[in-house]
Amino acid sequence: MATQKITLAKGLNMGLRKAMEADDKVLLMGEDVGKLGGVFRITDGLQKDFGEDRVIDSPLAESGIVGTAVGMAMRGYRPVVEIQFDGFVYPAYDQIVCQVAKIHFRSQGRVKMPIVIRIPFGGGIGAVEHHSESPEAQFAHTPGLKVVACSNPVDGYWMIQQAIACDDPVIFLEPKRQYHADKAVLDESVTPEPLFTSRVVREGNDLTLLAYGPMVKTALKAAEAASGEGRSVEVIDLRTLSPLDMAPVLESVRRTGRAVVTHEAHVNLGMGAELAARITEECFYSLEAPVLRVGGFDTPYPPSRIEEDYLPDLDRVLDAVDRSWEF
Amino acid sequence: MTQQPTGETPGFGPNLVEVFGPSQQDGGPELIQLLTPEGERVHHPEFDHDFTAEELRGFYRDMVLTRRIDTEATALQRHGELGIWAQLLGQEAAQIGAGRALRPQDFVFPTYREHGVAWCRGVDPLRLLGLFRGVDQGGWNPDDNNFGLYTIVIGAQTLHATGYAMGMQRDGVVGTGDPDRDAAVVAHFGDGASSQGDVNEAFIFAASYNAPVVFFCQNNQWAISEPIERQSRIPLYQRALGFGFPGVRVDGNDVLATYAVTKAALQRARDGQGPTFVEAYTYRMGAHTTTDDPTRYRLSGDVESWKLKDPIARVEVYLRRNGLVDDEFLAGIQAEADDLGHTLREGCKAMPDPQPMSMFDHVYAEMTDELAAQRDAYAAYLETFEGSTH
Repeated sequence: MATQKITLAKGLNMGLRKAMEADDKVLLMGEDVGKLGGVFRITDGLQKDFGEDRVIDSPLAESGIVGTAVGMAMRGYRPVVEIQFDGFVYPAYDQIVCQVAKIHFRSQGRVKMPIVIRIPFGGGIGAVEHHSESPEAQFAHTPGLKVVACSNPVDGYWMIQQAIACDDPVIFLEPKRQYHADKAVLDESVTPEPLFTSRVVREGNDLTLLAYGPMVKTALKAAEAASGEGRSVEVIDLRTLSPLDMAPVLESVRRTGRAVVTHEAHVNLGMGAELAARITEECFYSLEAPVLRVGGFDTPYPPSRIEEDYLPDLDRVLDAVDRSWEF
Repeated sequence: MTQQPTGETPGFGPNLVEVFGPSQQDGGPELIQLLTPEGERVHHPEFDHDFTAEELRGFYRDMVLTRRIDTEATALQRHGELGIWAQLLGQEAAQIGAGRALRPQDFVFPTYREHGVAWCRGVDPLRLLGLFRGVDQGGWNPDDNNFGLYTIVIGAQTLHATGYAMGMQRDGVVGTGDPDRDAAVVAHFGDGASSQGDVNEAFIFAASYNAPVVFFCQNNQWAISEPIERQSRIPLYQRALGFGFPGVRVDGNDVLATYAVTKAALQRARDGQGPTFVEAYTYRMGAHTTTDDPTRYRLSGDVESWKLKDPIARVEVYLRRNGLVDDEFLAGIQAEADDLGHTLREGCKAMPDPQPMSMFDHVYAEMTDELAAQRDAYAAYLETFEGSTH
């Protein structure tokens, strides 16, 4: 099979197309996903090829989108819902937390909820308020949901198909500033790893740097910079946030003795807090330093002209790496 | 203060009384009725039906048995066998009429009070008690009887109903002309839910996609302690027009009218003509739930006046007056109700508590390793207690 260079946007688009070809119960729903192809063009061309019954432009009501997806799932469909921006998911929060997440449990396993809720997340695109948020911890905190974040074009292609094939509801986070940023080579003949697994994306011996979504790129740059200072940093792309795939994380930290977690979301009660707790519980005697967190500050996402101060960047990640040696 | 629309000419826009009519106290002139509270059969030019004696006796039986389920469950709560119960007393006609209008292929999305509709769908009444006893959160398979699980978050199910109806459209079971194939959905909700965003979004989605769904609102006048005037300044059924589909108000204490109107609305939906709003105008004779105390917020006189509109009494009067039942038939129904009550009492008390470890079983369709580890750790912890039998 031929290989090709694709962006994340293209990978997601190709993945959605594959899933729709493989199973005619797969439907796409959301605001502007039809003729426009979504505001980020992730669904570009799909309505033209699969029709308005399968690529559904919805009224502007997020609870309505997710709530009707629940009904369609009950009827045997596999809806893939697009929330236009992270900060617009909250009108659907009740349907996601009280219905999507609980119906399988409530029905004692009789009713499945194979719904994928795609959310472009994260900042760094100079947007107005509500367009740059990272709400992953809110969903990872909800039993019944699974939460994943892709970081690169190839993962985007495979992970969206795997999420659609999953019989559980999946919150699928897409780093919007990566949509059109970098290209990668997709070789469709390669068998992808399972969806709910983390992956070591750079090997190292001195410190374990954990990242997901948009921060993987920053983490890799930080590891490269640290190597110039003689520090060998291992980078793990978590990929799955709920469930967490702790095995590669724990194996790594037991070797390195140090861990830094980075994400764009607020640090307080974020994914970093959970990771720090689990690493401490499992690797207490291997740790040379406490697990450190580098994330967004505990402020609302600020006006875009100062978002570079809010977002953890290369220097702040490196600063945390340095601090790990201060203990 | 709640301000009612007045007859005064407003400074802006139309006069609401002229547009929507006067207050709603008696249900208003638009109320569709086929059997008066006194048991007189009346006719309606648009919504009528030739009821057979068997149908009428069936309605009577359904309502008496449904009331017994409700009475029995209320008593079980008083005896500590249920944690809470949501009573339907007074709403039997609305539910039996709506329930009997369904065809097997139709699907129902209930609130947590649709015990009468559940009865019509053939759901074992004992299964309804599990949620209220705290032994499960929905003890039946929705696909067995095309009857969804009770939904407690107010109005959330109206969106599920709309999505399910959109699924039916995609399955090609709408507007084919085949009575055994064409299907529709009923979304149940109440007057309080009509204020919810989800309900309004359901109206918009259903209208936009012309979805085969009947929005069946039991306006029982009370959302716990809040009267209908707190939810709406106009009769609820009138709201439908603003969303772009028809709305009708039916006497919710008249099982004949409720049946006829729901049947017509369902047929409209199955034929591909889109959603309908049915407001079943009724009254919550009991409390919101067994934990509620309506004497704190409503007048006993109102309750007394609604007692005169009892949904069961009027059918009994009609059946007796027309010689369609005899004492033996009525005694037989009572005996059946007594048996049902006994079955419910004994069945409820015998309902076992779920196994604690079962809480881990259905969180996911595909169990996660981390939850399995949590489950196993708890099991190991329980094993440390002497005589553990988990």
